[in-house]
Amino acid sequence: MSVITGLGVVAPNGIGVKAFWAATLAGRSGIAVLDRFDTTRYPARLAGLVGAVDPAEYLPARLLPQTDVSTRLALIAAEAALNDAGVDTEALPEYDMGIVTANASGGFEFTHREFRKLWSQGPEHVSVYESFAWFYAVNTGQISIRHGMRGPSTALVAEQAGGLDALGHARRTVRAGTPLVVSGGVDSAFDPWGWAAHLASGRVSVVPDPATAYRPFDTRAAGYLPGEGGAICVVEDADAARVRGARVYGEIAGYAATFDPPPGSGRRPGLRRAAESALADAGILPQDVDVVFADATGVPELDRAEAQALRGIFGESGVPVTSPKALTGRLLSGGGVLDVVCALMSIQEDTIPPTFGTTEVPAGYGIDLVLGEPRRMRVDTALVLARGRWGFNAATVIRNHWKRD
Amino acid sequence: MNRRVVITGMGVRAPGSLGKERFWELLSAGRTATRRISLFDPAPYRSQVAAEVDFDAEAEGLSPREVRRMDRAAQFAVVCAREAIADSGIDLDARSPHRVGVSLGSAVAAATSLEQEYLVLSDSGRSWEMSPDHLSPHMFDYMVPSSMSAEVAWAVGAEGPVAMVSDGCTSGIDAVGHAAALIREGSADVVIAGATDTPITPIVVACFDAIKATTTYNDDPAHASRPFDGTRNGFVLAEGAAMFVLEELTSAVERGARVYGEVSGFTNRCNAYHMTGLKADGREMAEAIRVALDQARLNPADIDYINAHGSGTKQNDRHETAAFKRSLGDLAYRTPVSSLKSMVGHSLGAIGSVEIAASLLAMANHVVPPTANLHVSDPECDLDYVPNVAREHHIDTVLTVGSGFGGFQSAMVLTRPKRANA
Repeated sequence: MSVITGLGVVAPNGIGVKAFWAATLAGRSGIAVLDRFDTTRYPARLAGLVGAVDPAEYLPARLLPQTDVSTRLALIAAEAALNDAGVDTEALPEYDMGIVTANASGGFEFTHREFRKLWSQGPEHVSVYESFAWFYAVNTGQISIRHGMRGPSTALVAEQAGGLDALGHARRTVRAGTPLVVSGGVDSAFDPWGWAAHLASGRVSVVPDPATAYRPFDTRAAGYLPGEGGAICVVEDADAARVRGARVYGEIAGYAATFDPPPGSGRRPGLRRAAESALADAGILPQDVDVVFADATGVPELDRAEAQALRGIFGESGVPVTSPKALTGRLLSGGGVLDVVCALMSIQEDTIPPTFGTTEVPAGYGIDLVLGEPRRMRVDTALVLARGRWGFNAATVIRNHWKRD
Repeated sequence: MNRRVVITGMGVRAPGSLGKERFWELLSAGRTATRRISLFDPAPYRSQVAAEVDFDAEAEGLSPREVRRMDRAAQFAVVCAREAIADSGIDLDARSPHRVGVSLGSAVAAATSLEQEYLVLSDSGRSWEMSPDHLSPHMFDYMVPSSMSAEVAWAVGAEGPVAMVSDGCTSGIDAVGHAAALIREGSADVVIAGATDTPITPIVVACFDAIKATTTYNDDPAHASRPFDGTRNGFVLAEGAAMFVLEELTSAVERGARVYGEVSGFTNRCNAYHMTGLKADGREMAEAIRVALDQARLNPADIDYINAHGSGTKQNDRHETAAFKRSLGDLAYRTPVSSLKSMVGHSLGAIGSVEIAASLLAMANHVVPPTANLHVSDPECDLDYVPNVAREHHIDTVLTVGSGFGGFQSAMVLTRPKRANA
C-alpha cells in the first residue's frame, strides 16, 4: 500500500501547505493580471500567479542560472515535501528513493530566452544550460541531483491529467519495490510566448474580472484561467513509513487512466470509466466516496460532460462535489496534485473547501456542488478527477489511512 | 497474476532507411546514414552533421490536415504506429479499445514546430513580446507534447491508458518499459509503444553546440559518428522513430502471432550527479543492468549481445564500458557489444526504441550489427565492439541500455520466448 507522508505546495494562493489550505478555505485568490510583460494587446490577461517567492532564499546560487522558473518552484516544493515528511535522504539507501514528476511545458520561459538569443544574436550566444533546462525531464533530474535519489525515476506528460498519472506511477513504483518516491507536478509558462500558447488553446476565459473569469460549473462559465505552480508529494510504502514513524496524510487507494474516443465519434468520453476503474482499483463502491474533487474546466460543454459522468456514477446529487481551482487557475501538471493535497487536507480536517467563484449551477447538471462556505462533514474517502486536453482522463482515490468509528 | 509481455510488431523510420527491412539492411551492411545537415543551412553552427530521415508525409499516407496539424515527430510516430500494427497482424477493431493503451517517448517533442512558430510570432527573433495576431491554433499542442501521444491514440483507436514518457535520451527504452508495466499489471492487454524525436532544428543543434556534445567532423560526415573509437569527439544528432505492438503473451500465442521477443526485464536509475555529466565508474547503469537481469531471472552469462548506448562522446563510451564491466564482470569482454549510433546517429528520445527494433532484428537474424567507423583503439574502451562488419552470432537474449541528460540510466532485457516451460 502506498501512502502520502509529505506535502510541498507552491500555489498561486499560498506557498506551503498551511498557507495554501488556509487560503483555499478562506477564498483567498491567487488570480491577478499578468504583468511580467505588456499584456495589454492580449485578449486575456488574468492568470494564477505565484508571487513573492525569492528562489535565492530557498536554492543554492549555482542552481539559479541553470533553471527555469518552473524548475525552481519544483525544487522548492520537493524540498518542502521531504522536510514535511521528515525524510533524511542521506540516511536512506540511494536506490530506494525515486522521482516521478509530471510536466507539461518544460522550462518554457528559459527556452524562450535561448530561442531569442539564437535568432537575434547567433548560435554562440545560446546558454550551456539550454540542453537540459528546457526538456520535460528537467524537474525529475534536478530533484534527483539535489537530494541524492538514484532509484527508478521518470517524467510523464498528459497536460492537466499528468499530475494524477505521476502519483499513479509513483504508487506503481512503490509496489514494484522502491520504498519512497517523490512525485507531483509543477509548471509555469507565463513569458510572452508561453502566454500566447495558453491562449491558443481557445479555452482561456477573456472575462476581465478576476472574481468571475473562471467559474467552474456555473451557468455563466466562460472558460478557465491558466495558473502556475503545483505540488510535490512524498509517496511511501505504508510499512516503510510506519517503520520510520512517519505521519501519514492518507493512502493512494485507487488510480486509473483512460482516453476519450476520437473527436467526432459521438461516443461517451472516458472520464466516467476512469473514475469507475479507480473505485474498482480501490475496492470501493460509489457510496463509499465522501467528496469528489472535480476537474472543473469551466468550459460549459466540458462541465456538462463531467456533471453527466458524476450523475451516472453517484446518482442525482449523490455526493458532494467541489473544485477550488478558481482560486489558482488550472496549473497543467500541478493541478491534479494540488487537488490531491486538498483531498488529504479535507480528510485531516473533515472539511470540504467550496467552489469559489461559482454561484449558480444549471439545474440539469444534477450535482451537489459545494458553494459559498466550507462544508464541515466527515471525510474518509475522496475521488480526484483530472482531464488533459485531447482526451486524457485520470482518477485517483485518496483514503484516510486510520480507521475511525 | 503473472502476465508476460511480448513484442509482436514494429514500425521504424530511421535515417537512411524506411521500414524495418531497409533498416536492417543498412545496419547489417554497416552503412552509415550520417551526412551534412540538409533540413536547414548548418553553416553558422559548430556541428553541421546529422542523420536525417528522408520522410515524405504524403507518400506515407498522412492527409494534408494531419500534416498541417502534427509536428514532424508526431507524423513519424503515427506512421510507425500504423506500420507496427500492420506488421503484427493484430486486429484492433475486434478488441475493446478500452484495453488498448499507448506509451510514447520523446525528449524534445515538437521542437521543430516550436521553432517555426517562434520565428513567426517573434518576427524572426526581433521581438520578445509576441503578436497574438499571428498565433497558430496549434501552438498549445506544440508547447504541451501529450498532443503527440493523443495523435497516436487516435490513429490506432486506443482508449485505455495513454502515456507520454519524456525522460530525455532514455525515453525510447523507458516508454517501452512503461508499456510493459501497464500490460503486466492488467491496465491494458495491448499497448502501442515506442518513441519519436525530430530534433534537427537550429535551437537543438545550438544547445548541443554550446556544450560541445556533438561532433565537429564536418568535413567527413559519413564517418563522423565514432562510438568507442579513440578519435571520437561527440555524437551525431539524428531523427527517427520506432513503434511497437506490445501484447500479453498468452493472447499473442493464441492468435498465432509472430513474437519478436519478450520484454523480460526493465528498470532505470538516476546518477544524481550532474544534468549532463557522467562519472567514469558507470555505477548507476551497472545497477540498472543488474536489476533488469534479476527481473528476467538471467545471469550475465545469458546475455548474447549488448546493444550499447554508444553515443560517441568521450565520457559516455568510457562510462558505459565501465558499467558493463561492473555489472557483468569478465563476461563483459566476451559479449559482443555494438552501437547503432555509428550508423544512424543519436535521435535523442527516439533512439532507445530504434535500438530495441535493432535488438529484436538482431535476435531474429542471429546477426550482431557492427559498430561502424571503429578503427582506432582507446585503452579505456577495450571490449568487443564488433567493429565495422556485422557478425553471425546465436542470439536469444539482448541487453539494450540508454543513458541521458538528467542522469537517467536505463536497461532492458529482451529474450526469445522458449517454446515450452518458458
